[in-house]
Amino acid sequence: MKKTLAACALAILASTGAAVAEPVKIGMITTLSGGGAGLGIDVRDAFELAIKKSGNAEIEIIVEDDAQKPELAVQIADKMVQSDKVDLLTGIIWSNLAMAVVPSVTAQDIIYLSPNAGPSPLAGAQCNKNYFNVAYQNDNFHEAMGEYANADYKKMFILAPNYPAGKDSLTGFKRYYKGEIAGEVYTQLGQTDYAAEIAQIRASDADGVFIFLPGGMGIAFTKQYAQSGVGTPLMGPGFSFSQDVLGAIGDAALGVRNSASWAKDLDNAANKDFVAAFQAEYNRLPSIYAAQAYDTANLILSALAKAGVKDKDAFRAALKEADFATVRGKFRFNSNQHPIQDIYVREVVKEGDVITNRIIGTAFTDHGDAYAKDCKI
Amino acid sequence: MARETAFNIVLSVLLVAAPVATSLLGEPFYVTLATRIAILALAAVGLNMALGLGGLVSFGHAAFFGLGGYVAGILAVHAFNMEPMFAGIPGTKLMPVIWLVAIVACALLAFVIGAISLRTSGVYFIMITLAFAQMAFYFAISWPAYGGEDGLSFFVRNNFPGIDTLRPLSFLAICYGLLGLSLVFFHRLQHSRFGSALQAARQNETRLAAVGIRPFHVRLAAFVISAAVTGVAGALFADLNRFVSPSMLSWQMSGELIVLIILGGVGRLYGPVAGATLYVLLEFALGGITERWQFFLGLILLGVVLFARGGVIGVFAGRPRHG
Amino acid sequence: MQATLFLEQLLNGLQFGFMLFLMAAGLTLIFGVMGLINLAHGSLYMIGAFACAAVAAATGSFWLGLMASLAAAAAAGALIEVVVIRRLYQRDHLDQVLATFALILILSEATRWLFGSLPLYLDIPPLLQGTVPLPGGSRYQLYRLALIGAGAAVAIGLYLLIARTRMGMRIRAGESDREMIAALGVDIRSLYTIVFALGAALAGFAGAMVGALQSVQIGMGEPVLILAFVVIVIGGIGSIRGALVGALLVGVVDTLGRFLLPALLSTFVSPSAAASTGAALASMLIYVVMALILAIRPQGLFPAGS
Repeated sequence: MKKTLAACALAILASTGAAVAEPVKIGMITTLSGGGAGLGIDVRDAFELAIKKSGNAEIEIIVEDDAQKPELAVQIADKMVQSDKVDLLTGIIWSNLAMAVVPSVTAQDIIYLSPNAGPSPLAGAQCNKNYFNVAYQNDNFHEAMGEYANADYKKMFILAPNYPAGKDSLTGFKRYYKGEIAGEVYTQLGQTDYAAEIAQIRASDADGVFIFLPGGMGIAFTKQYAQSGVGTPLMGPGFSFSQDVLGAIGDAALGVRNSASWAKDLDNAANKDFVAAFQAEYNRLPSIYAAQAYDTANLILSALAKAGVKDKDAFRAALKEADFATVRGKFRFNSNQHPIQDIYVREVVKEGDVITNRIIGTAFTDHGDAYAKDCKI
Repeated sequence: MARETAFNIVLSVLLVAAPVATSLLGEPFYVTLATRIAILALAAVGLNMALGLGGLVSFGHAAFFGLGGYVAGILAVHAFNMEPMFAGIPGTKLMPVIWLVAIVACALLAFVIGAISLRTSGVYFIMITLAFAQMAFYFAISWPAYGGEDGLSFFVRNNFPGIDTLRPLSFLAICYGLLGLSLVFFHRLQHSRFGSALQAARQNETRLAAVGIRPFHVRLAAFVISAAVTGVAGALFADLNRFVSPSMLSWQMSGELIVLIILGGVGRLYGPVAGATLYVLLEFALGGITERWQFFLGLILLGVVLFARGGVIGVFAGRPRHG
Repeated sequence: MQATLFLEQLLNGLQFGFMLFLMAAGLTLIFGVMGLINLAHGSLYMIGAFACAAVAAATGSFWLGLMASLAAAAAAGALIEVVVIRRLYQRDHLDQVLATFALILILSEATRWLFGSLPLYLDIPPLLQGTVPLPGGSRYQLYRLALIGAGAAVAIGLYLLIARTRMGMRIRAGESDREMIAALGVDIRSLYTIVFALGAALAGFAGAMVGALQSVQIGMGEPVLILAFVVIVIGGIGSIRGALVGALLVGVVDTLGRFLLPALLSTFVSPSAAASTGAALASMLIYVVMALILAIRPQGLFPAGS
């Protein structure tokens, strides 16, 4: 009975075009507690902001905290799919949680949109028609820094934690960097004291240092590096120098070059509107995670305007068009449903009392990823 | 005693009836939740053989839980990709074979860890078992072959001859079956000669030595059996999530298993079952209500320790029993 | 050049060791006197760091922040002791584990409630900024030398407190025979509260000092807590001297392992593989050392009561 009713409703909707909004349930699994909560809160807040601004009252968002635990994320995903019967899933911050959740939900024909994290298997051999990455492929920002370093640096010292994303990072950097590697060091995941590594940098004859240390690790390293007085120029992907950590690093981050697909001074109308609205609503500057989540929400809204979410094929096609006003200026999907976008080089600067990023150049124009060729959608 | 038995029966009936009923009502998720309870309870029953009977507080059982999980994951992935593992041994998707491999692997690891750790006692034992689990954790994180920190996912649940494991209720039945077996095994172990020797080793070592039994051997045997049971639970947990990662090996996981036992009631047959039920339900219910769920979870756990001595079962059945 | 680097790494190892000692001293003191396993010790470390960062941000003075960290951690410690811990001394270790595990959850979320989810800013004070020359031409950070000094001062202070004062006499008596000192009329309840607050203050002090180097964030206490447990178990639980030796051993082994293992391996395999395998081995190294020591000396290096 229920099914026939729904089918009738769908038929009516289809005949009148999708102008009549249908109820849509979006499940958001993200990190709202523990040390990584700042990222998840930015994703949630920006996503909700975009939905609120759209005025679409038919969209219901169900948010739950994964506490950065893969098993808990899987349990919440099961609950949202089986019990809440969500139409779409999004929200995961970390690669290892994405690897736990994405393959199994996309196999159940649920569409997942990633507002952050793009592990390489999901971009290549394990890509799926139900998986859309609205953020980046994990290697992208590192590749951009490698390309950027070619210009001025002959010998780079590179450093990352000893886990898959860390290895992908240094691999991505080396994929584009043509100079010499003065040293390659892997640190322990969650390490907080970098005196030993900084001593090695001091003893090396490197003319530049590339680090990938997300979250608290990056805060600790950057402070200690500045305090040690080594002075060799520091650079890294935008994660370690995003708005959520810059406040905690303080002046030690000034002058650091980093790569990202977005910055708050990017000159386009959607971005100006986003930054102003985010500041007005939450009284803080948005981070790159917020920007990506805002784009994710607007991508969903743009697809909803074209197709009903129950008609999976039409909805996927509508998503793939990526016909929305991105805060990144331009955005389209590659064959593996990962972004093709520009990657910028930013510098950490002080504007009044606030430490933030400013764009100083473009590392890549219309950059895809190295794994798309392995993806057969 | 009678009240404890009554409590156990009521809990068993509820654990079977609730998921079946909700499944009929079109809410299959509660089956998943019950499966999670059963698996964590099985892991804790395993730990309880060392902790409850032998007084061996292992803070490193996540090593066995995770090893069991990785056995399931690695065998399944090799079977799925049709590539043999080292020395040409093929992978497999058959649960009984996976369980057997998990039991053997965990028993071997526990034999090595136990032989070294059981030289110590008390808090030293707690910490040396933690040290071994940490070694396993860091090894899994940095070993690239099976995904490192990203873990290992496999898309389809493993098979059991004659049962469609993809149906949530069938898989739940398998987990309940194993949990039931482990409880029967625990009960018989407790009342066997070996069980008496183990409990004697906890209470009065010299008397045991006087009758010619080496406490070390008894404890080592208990530790190995305990690890094997927890390892099977790990294999099931991997099958439930269709995913295994180093977080199954983390010290928080070891801590959670201990917490389940204390929450339910130390030294009780059904302690792990009651503890797992309460913990999983609390985590689920609070997580749905507030993002500050960990705060309230902490308050409730604290309340149980301070005011409900002997855990949940203690509240219903009175003074704890130390056999 | 290599010798200079080695010297610098040795100093780094010592500094890391003294930092661990500040955490471990409180933990081992509490265990030695009250027989309590306190998993929430890491939370007190976090409270110290947050108090220091908040007060330093409000007043602009790191030193006022440092005072605040001692006060806040000691106050939190005393409160926890009176409300919760006091009821657990007679219980077995398992109840203590569950209760202090619950306290970790409560204190982490309460701190996030108060201070928000983003990490806080805390820098080293101007007085201790900059570097000093090392023999051989390299330079070493002044603040890290100050950490070594602070750790050594706390070690000496604790030794004097326990060996020379009336309070120390009671602590020693409490370690060896609880019933006896109660019979002698010492108010054991307030003695326990004071010892717990003292241990908490040490953790808070460590949190504040280290917070200036690292990231002041929720959950910062847990990794240090595990290391502190490793330290006191190696040293012999309840022994301050053991905690000092254990802390320095762990600090130096960990630092030199991270530095030397990859270098050693690179003579056999490619630099990239050596870097990642070496790092993996280095992260397991202290646990291997701990297992070896306990296998040979099941009561740690300095068994209590010897």
